[in-house]
Amino acid sequence: MALINIFLASTLVSVIAILIADSRGKGMVVLASVLVNAGISSFAAVQVLMGNSFDFMLSGSIPFGEVSIKVDALSAWFILTFNFTLITSALYGLQYMKRYVAQKSEMALHCISFVLVHLALTAILVVQNALVFLLFWELMALSAFILVIFEHHKPKTIRAGINYLVQSHISIVFLMLGFIYVAFKTGSYSFSAITAFSTSQPALAGTLLFLFFFIGFAIKAGFVPFHTWLPYAHPVAPSHVSGLMSGIVIKSGIYGILRMVLLIKADFTTIGYIILFVSIVSGVYGVMLAIIQHNLKRLLAYHSIENIGIIGIGIGVGCIGLGNGNYGMIALGFSGALLHTLNHSLFKSALFYAAGNVYLAAHTMNVERLGGMIKLMPKTAILFLIPAIAISGLPPLNGFVSEFLIYGGIFNWLSNAGLVGMIVVGFSLLSLVFIGGLAVLCFTKAFSIVFLGSPRKTLPENIREAGFWQLFPMYLAVFAIILIGLFPTLFIGILQQPLSLFIGGFIPQAGSMGFDAVSSLSEIIYLSLGLILLVILVLRLRKWITRNASVTFEPTWGCAYPSAAPNLQYTANSFIRTYTKLAKPFLDIGKREIDIDEAFPSKKQYATQPYDKIERYLIDRPLKAIKVFIGWFLFLQNGKLQRYILYEIIFILSVIAIPFFYEKIVSFLNVLNHL
Amino acid sequence: MIGFILIVFVSLFFTGIIIRTKSLAAGRKGPGILQPLKDIIRLFRKGSVYSQTTSFIFRLAPVVYFSSVVMASLLVPFGPSRAVIGFEGDFIFFAYVLGLGKFFNIISAMDTGSSFEGMGASREALFSMFAEPAFFILMGSFALLTGFTSFYDIFNAIHLNSYTGYALGTMAALVLVLLAMIENSRMPVDDPKTHLELTMVHEVMILDNSGFDLGLILYTGYLKFAMYGALIANFFIGGLALNLALPIYLLIQFSFAVAVGLIESFMARFRMSHNAQFIFALSSVSFLIFFGVLLIMGKLN
Repeated sequence: MALINIFLASTLVSVIAILIADSRGKGMVVLASVLVNAGISSFAAVQVLMGNSFDFMLSGSIPFGEVSIKVDALSAWFILTFNFTLITSALYGLQYMKRYVAQKSEMALHCISFVLVHLALTAILVVQNALVFLLFWELMALSAFILVIFEHHKPKTIRAGINYLVQSHISIVFLMLGFIYVAFKTGSYSFSAITAFSTSQPALAGTLLFLFFFIGFAIKAGFVPFHTWLPYAHPVAPSHVSGLMSGIVIKSGIYGILRMVLLIKADFTTIGYIILFVSIVSGVYGVMLAIIQHNLKRLLAYHSIENIGIIGIGIGVGCIGLGNGNYGMIALGFSGALLHTLNHSLFKSALFYAAGNVYLAAHTMNVERLGGMIKLMPKTAILFLIPAIAISGLPPLNGFVSEFLIYGGIFNWLSNAGLVGMIVVGFSLLSLVFIGGLAVLCFTKAFSIVFLGSPRKTLPENIREAGFWQLFPMYLAVFAIILIGLFPTLFIGILQQPLSLFIGGFIPQAGSMGFDAVSSLSEIIYLSLGLILLVILVLRLRKWITRNASVTFEPTWGCAYPSAAPNLQYTANSFIRTYTKLAKPFLDIGKREIDIDEAFPSKKQYATQPYDKIERYLIDRPLKAIKVFIGWFLFLQNGKLQRYILYEIIFILSVIAIPFFYEKIVSFLNVLNHL
Repeated sequence: MIGFILIVFVSLFFTGIIIRTKSLAAGRKGPGILQPLKDIIRLFRKGSVYSQTTSFIFRLAPVVYFSSVVMASLLVPFGPSRAVIGFEGDFIFFAYVLGLGKFFNIISAMDTGSSFEGMGASREALFSMFAEPAFFILMGSFALLTGFTSFYDIFNAIHLNSYTGYALGTMAALVLVLLAMIENSRMPVDDPKTHLELTMVHEVMILDNSGFDLGLILYTGYLKFAMYGALIANFFIGGLALNLALPIYLLIQFSFAVAVGLIESFMARFRMSHNAQFIFALSSVSFLIFFGVLLIMGKLN
């Protein structure tokens, strides 16, 4: 109880302190507040993971009634995940925002929103009351909105922000309808009412209710086709906010879905198939679009959709496991999803911070203008490379561990799948492998075009490596990435508590797990360590063998072409050209091309403008149709005062008249009925 | 353990046999079987020329590539004898650790800033992306058929004793052979002997490597070939006694090398733009295997 009070008090104090402090002090206050609040919530979370309970009832107020605050193992896992990225984001933001200290009022609002987003993120993980949950959900949406539109004088930023705001509210509408429906049926806004409601109803009602919540949470999480806000909002935000949004704010949607899996008793096989399908589409589509992006932050944003897809595949497999009683699928599917949630928050935030460093140095995010940054910013380059390998799911880093668990879940399905199940297994495997392959293509492109080779366009003068404190949050994240990669069993041990919530009544029998991915991971540790040792060994060996050999430096071999210039290098566009040609039916690439068509060619041009096909057909077209429809009523808005007074009179008259005539109409109908 | 030693042993002769076959097919006498090995030893002792554009990535990449292939071959069993390390789902690690090597190969090629090497890197990234699903579907089908998920258990539990089984075995061998050709950048996807940089895939990526690094990359290629040969051989020797398994293993490796040599002597490389479709078609063949397995298990009734 005291913890909750301290948490709220520290939030309040820091909001006031931000208002008082000067520009530099504001950042420190945010950092202090984040550290204190993260400390408090992590303390509670660790207690819960160690087996204690944390369950309080806040005395009621008028609209909410009694509010139950409960940290269970699932909340605890998410609290710890969120806190880590919140801390690194606050640390990085402190350095990143130094360029903007002149903008005082924006800064104050930004800092307050950061503190509030922390409060909201923690609150939605612990409250067990629908109304309070919605309140904090809204607070999170609003404060994230303010965080995103820091550079609101740019039209692009404000447009992206509003797009996000509108879509967040569509998400809230779905959640609200779901919660209100349950409250209407049971008369309680408590989360336990949802369980009570879905157990008392037939499975179909629970399934429909779940799907309602799923759409609401999926908009937040960025599942395709509810993803369209995400690639706009993440790139325009300051880099630490991009890291925060992509790393954890969208994970609140994942938390919501997992919470509903725990609360609602429904037909989990159907739900699992639906989640699996949506996730596979998200995963493949997200990475397919990520590849063709040439704005580094937009590329990373599309990658979030892909990773949400991978997490979703885990959840889907777990749900199907719940449906058909397959212990291996439940355990590995959900633990893969939970671990990937943590993993993605680590590598995606690190990648966004690295992108931020590049942006601060080169003032552009267009990869076609960059190149050779590894020589100017070697540390940033390494800190980009390691998360890039991790996000591609390659060993010995953490991305591989969670994907391996999800593979394990899918392979366990083979033991009791029917024909449809088998075919879905085939396609799930195919898509997961495909996602991995495309991610490799995407991140080799991103890393090599930005950091390797030589600059494609003239970069600004005096680019220097970022300072230690700007790199420090990335060191933290990369350390965690390597730690999870090399010692996965440690973290899987922590996962047992949240996992037991999902496993619930299922008692694993000996050998019921056809494919025990966890024990495989303990063998993989040796291979991962062996790989690193072997690399070091061969490096030493090379040094020893070639100790007397000559080493000379020459220009790159240009295949006998003597005047190789930086603009002859492969560009991002040419690197993915074959892919773009193959994937053309699924992509929407606006291409402007002025080709060579005469003997003495003049200036040529080639520009591509990738667009989202789903957005065009699912958002833009319907919006256009709605606009046309509404346009028909434009004659009502004609700016003549007399008309408006007329409308009001008609309105007032109808308000009075309808109830008056209602009785008459009803009695008339009754008379008709009696005839 | 025997598996790994045999892979290293075979890797010493594999490329020599390919080159000898090609020479004989072209009516020449050709170099000795050990010539490729001698070349590598010579390269190891030579000095290096590095491009001025490159960074430490370029020097690190060959080592990571070599290590990833060594780690992958540790997972390959030898018929009745277990691999150095084996566990459930080891083929997932196998494919992904090879992916790590490819990742470094690609970024090392991009590190030189050469447009030719960029071209090769782009192709390698795309082709390997298309090749991986075929391998996973293949292994997934066998996991389904046998109920096991590690190389050793799968190879030792496969009993293809029906007509569908033989058909599956043929198709699986075909997929594995073609996968090996793709992964080792050989015909019909890539031509290691082409003289024009524009038409290369793997060779063009290592244009700037020299000395020890080049030797390491070349040897890794041989090791990789032997590793895939061992996988194919395992397919037939699972569950056999050691004294029977060893000759069959060596025979299969030998005929694999000869087959590669013959293919390269009598076939032309595909058009580059057709490669992606060809590789993707492999995935459909492995899907056929998958449905064949469903058929055997009576799931399709």
